[in-house]
Amino acid sequence: MSQLSSAQHLHQLEQERSVTENDSTGIFSTAKSNIAVNREKDALSLSQQQELRAILEKGLPHAAQPYLLIAQALNTTEAQVLAQIQLWQEDSLIKRFGLVVKHRKLGFKANAMVVWNIADEQVDDVAAQLSSCSEVSLCYRRPRRLPDWPYNLFCMIHGTDREIVTAQIDAMVKKFSLSYVEKDILFSFKAYKQQGARYTKQGI
Amino acid sequence: MDKSSRQSTTELAELSELDKQLINLLQRGLPVAERPFLAIAEQLNSSEDEVLERLNHLMTSRVLTRFGPMFDAVCLGGAFTLAALAVPENRFEEVAAQVNSFDEVAHNYRRTHDFNMWFVVGAESEAEVNQVISSIEKTTALPVLNTPKLEEFYVQLYLPA
Repeated sequence: MSQLSSAQHLHQLEQERSVTENDSTGIFSTAKSNIAVNREKDALSLSQQQELRAILEKGLPHAAQPYLLIAQALNTTEAQVLAQIQLWQEDSLIKRFGLVVKHRKLGFKANAMVVWNIADEQVDDVAAQLSSCSEVSLCYRRPRRLPDWPYNLFCMIHGTDREIVTAQIDAMVKKFSLSYVEKDILFSFKAYKQQGARYTKQGI
Repeated sequence: MDKSSRQSTTELAELSELDKQLINLLQRGLPVAERPFLAIAEQLNSSEDEVLERLNHLMTSRVLTRFGPMFDAVCLGGAFTLAALAVPENRFEEVAAQVNSFDEVAHNYRRTHDFNMWFVVGAESEAEVNQVISSIEKTTALPVLNTPKLEEFYVQLYLPA
């Protein structure tokens, strides 16, 4: 068994890290644990919290007890690391457990942004319908910018090729009776820049 | 999947049945517990060692690049927007270089539309984001279509391997 050490693993992640919004294929609900948390007693010190955040942003060590390795690096206990993550989940600071998949390597080569002009009072309903489709990976409401941009609902779809994605969109239009809705499909065909955003530079 | 029909520079990953099950299951989450991979192994009828070995392999072969809890950027005090430019074809490379020269531009995609350049701006505050947008307009002499997120609808992304 070839298991990377925690340090090697973190180094490797440092090298490979490229998380982007369009690419953020790891979006799912956070698994809840049953740890009972005492808010005053269990929170780590502020500097330990910052360090823990930095480590988690690079990814979990692939070891049988990943949270123990992290605890050792932070000079605290495994229980306390688990409790801190639980606290962050309760505060919605962590709301997703991420798995960044290189979707092209899985054969998902077509990336479409579908933009819709939905009547304001129907946006929530239509968004709920579209979000229920397994091929839709993100769904956002954004402002119209008239006269050039009438669209207020954006969906991302990753598919194996453009024909299949187009057929999937046609099927959604039919299923949810959206043929009267103005829409556009924007396929991406080249990424000119991909890097993680800078929002974490503060405090780490 | 019929690989011979694909013409792409990206190599398609060779995945074992366990790899596929692992990717599919991990997209649904990982228990926050002392032995998370043991729990996964039990669900897949595998062993903890084997799950860890395959995860390392998927990481090395770059099918996966990151794995773990993700922080909500907005909760952390960051601000983001998705923005676009309609770039004249003969200026595309020049403008791409101009836009990408901003550290706050996280990524930039060419898309099939009159608005052919789409990029995300991320900074520590909304004011800072707006400042970057203004600077991009000045630098490129093109008006930016700024479409900040108003509402995010819950989506369970699942790419079956």
